[in-house]
Amino acid sequence: MALALQTFPTVKDANAALKAAGTRYLGGGTLVVRAANEGDVSVSGLIRSTDPALSAIAVAGGKARIGASVTMAAIARHPDLGALAKAARAVGGPAIRNTATIGGNLFAPAPYGDFAVALLALDATVDTEDGELPIEAFLAKRDDSRAIVSSVRFTLPKADGFRFLKVSRVKPKGVSVLSIAAVLERAADGTVSSARIALGCMADRPMRAKAAERALKGKKLDQNGIAAALAAATEGTAPITDPIASAWYRAEVLPVHLGRLLLA
Amino acid sequence: MAKVPVQFTLNGSEKAEFVESGTTLLNALRDKIGDTSPKGGCHQGTCGACSVIIDGELRLSCLTLAETCNGAAITTTSGLAEGGVLHPLQRAFLDTFATQCGFCTPGMIMAAKVLLDHTPNPSRDEVVEALSGNICRCTGYEPIIQAVLTAARANSQNAA
Amino acid sequence: MELRKNYFADVRKDDLHEIGQPRPRSDSPGHVTGKTAFFADRSFPGMLHLKMVRSPHHHARIRSIDTSQAEKHPGVVKVLTAKDVPHNVYTILILIQIGPEDETVLADGKVRWKGEAVVAVLAETERAAQEAAAKVKVDYEVLPAVFDMEEALKPGAPLVNEYHGQNYYLYDSGECRKVRFGDVEAGFAGADHILEQSYQSSPIEHAPTETTGCVVAPEGNDRFTCYTNTQAMFFTLDNTSIILQMPGSKLHFVGGTVGGGFGGKVDVIVEPIAILGAKLTGRPVCFVYSREEEMQISSPRAAEKVVIKDGVMKDGRIVARKVTGYTDAGAYSRHSPYGAQKGAGHYPGPYTIPNVWIDTYCVYTNRTPSSAMRGFGVTIGDFALEVQMDKLARLIGMDPLEFRFVNAYRDGDMKAHRQPTEGAALIECMQEASRAANWPVAEKYMAMSSYRKGA
Repeated sequence: MALALQTFPTVKDANAALKAAGTRYLGGGTLVVRAANEGDVSVSGLIRSTDPALSAIAVAGGKARIGASVTMAAIARHPDLGALAKAARAVGGPAIRNTATIGGNLFAPAPYGDFAVALLALDATVDTEDGELPIEAFLAKRDDSRAIVSSVRFTLPKADGFRFLKVSRVKPKGVSVLSIAAVLERAADGTVSSARIALGCMADRPMRAKAAERALKGKKLDQNGIAAALAAATEGTAPITDPIASAWYRAEVLPVHLGRLLLA
Repeated sequence: MAKVPVQFTLNGSEKAEFVESGTTLLNALRDKIGDTSPKGGCHQGTCGACSVIIDGELRLSCLTLAETCNGAAITTTSGLAEGGVLHPLQRAFLDTFATQCGFCTPGMIMAAKVLLDHTPNPSRDEVVEALSGNICRCTGYEPIIQAVLTAARANSQNAA
Repeated sequence: MELRKNYFADVRKDDLHEIGQPRPRSDSPGHVTGKTAFFADRSFPGMLHLKMVRSPHHHARIRSIDTSQAEKHPGVVKVLTAKDVPHNVYTILILIQIGPEDETVLADGKVRWKGEAVVAVLAETERAAQEAAAKVKVDYEVLPAVFDMEEALKPGAPLVNEYHGQNYYLYDSGECRKVRFGDVEAGFAGADHILEQSYQSSPIEHAPTETTGCVVAPEGNDRFTCYTNTQAMFFTLDNTSIILQMPGSKLHFVGGTVGGGFGGKVDVIVEPIAILGAKLTGRPVCFVYSREEEMQISSPRAAEKVVIKDGVMKDGRIVARKVTGYTDAGAYSRHSPYGAQKGAGHYPGPYTIPNVWIDTYCVYTNRTPSSAMRGFGVTIGDFALEVQMDKLARLIGMDPLEFRFVNAYRDGDMKAHRQPTEGAALIECMQEASRAANWPVAEKYMAMSSYRKGA
């Protein structure tokens, strides 16, 4: 069957069309158009929605809601999303950032999906046609999800509370060896009161480094304070092996890069 | 196979065609409209050879479906020269020997044009960043960066 | 740019007008305006798209091929298998008498590497060709495969390629290319130090921005025009003529514009089958590799293993060098027997060594066939040799650049493969490099010349 695109004004209608066999939702196109170009004949119908809400960014009261069709470029240049600009700019080159959407990034298989790593550290909430889900739960069942993501919500991190690092072999831009995002809160004495650390490429999708998070609690962000967290960094990981790096290499360098991020 | 109409301006002139639904802009431009300046190097959004400018934004025509471009203004490298006079970027690519095999060149020029349209006097780092989605496998990046900086200087001299 | 004219001033007529002058490239205006015509920039009404069904196994016997469902698929015009190819077993270097013919255009009874072409599908659209290709049924009996050169050379290893009968290329000199010069064992016996090291490399893909491909148009008079990005135009034409059993006069090749090649476009892979498709359908045909095919299917630079044993004196002279080189051809020869042979000639490096022993093997494994890439046969060897040179210098406590001056070949020296050295400029290059890199060497080396007194 030839490929065909259907466009719907509302997400609801698009979601109804997505029930048909062989259909995929078209966000920016970096995943599904690529798959079709590469000869994935399992996709015969592309569904998209032009609902303006999908392209809206709303920031108020320290919280952000970003429509699923918002591109990485739009996030990177938005004055109220400065904390996330680095993570948005880590995705692709300029043309990809004008195309890749926040919704699509949630579905990008490793080594892609660097921005979803940031969203996981932010403990975002994912709104879909079937209701809302914490991002961790959403990522766990994304392969079976047939509900269109409409937006992503999260609490904006404090000015210096969000850290992001993407490691690639090609400079300034390349596919991830790994990426790390961290939301750190510190008590008055400088010790870490709460930590959420998310990893990219350390599994087939973004994952939390929960052992490292626990080991960081109550510790100062210095060489001694982070030692236990670095030792626990790879706990529960199952890094991917691809042409960029082997699982072994990724596991070896993760503590090094996590250390740099935490001491930065 | 269902055909759908596509209509947009290409380098200032109106184009209308029927293409099969799901046709990429790259294939529509090359096979239907006859503008072969965007090149298909990877068809997966990695190499940048198919870069075009859609409504002022740098886009990859291999990942963009033609039917989503209705009403858009599209610019390609083949439309840059005016009345036989090369665009300053084209001139600079010639003068600094920034082409080797030439396959990446049209995409490079598109990425550079968007940069200079928004940032007339970019730093070297800004040039490198702007070209970071475009691959040159002859590894001629250095002269390409020089070409963009040269074109920027030529622009600012003309403006002064 | 700067030309240093003090070197060889006495033997050079300083009458160059073009060298050293910047001249516009004749192809640049086409490149910057997007007007340069690459092969894929040609399209013809009614053009068919060719997609290849490829082996999912590294080594397997083909029990049966069923193309009936693919042939019935909407948009499919022709499905080709081995029996459709007039001269299906070929080898590209047969043009220079390097045989035997050992590779199939489309697999016949057996596949020898993962990705080998088995069935070609020609359809109205790329999509129809892809869908039909997915409907071709091939029944395989998977065979043991071998991926390591030393394993492949052991007795009892799976036989990769029956056309050779053993897992190495049989040269007229035997199981390997050999260079013998002086008495290498005597050299080792008299050496102050011996250093034996082994070096190895993985296959390297050229990854040109433009993938390999061609567009073929029937001219209506039994003649076919093939727009191709081959780097080896007449080589491709002649091999196509053999494979299709068509006189060269029926084949018009148009090319020379290559979107990056680096040696990756010298194999004759896409043109014969695309021309055959055009001949059997009477329609124009486009066969272009996807990016994935370019990365996985096109020949890479061969994996190599190099074992170097050197005897060196405390004063820096290398007195004996023994090299065993292995070139991984993958499943078929392509250019690798030639690459391994080049290695044999090259291995002493640009150094004058009185006692040399070299064996280079071209080995068959069930890996992707390797072929040409920028200095193939010598590039990996140079990596190994120069790392070895640094190790030797460290071993005897000598500056690595001075160590190379001591051993550099100079005019009149006899090379190990019995070619006298002439026109050498290694000394002068190193002198200039010493200045440019601010890596000073003793004055006596800066006073050296590639000329030997009396030479």
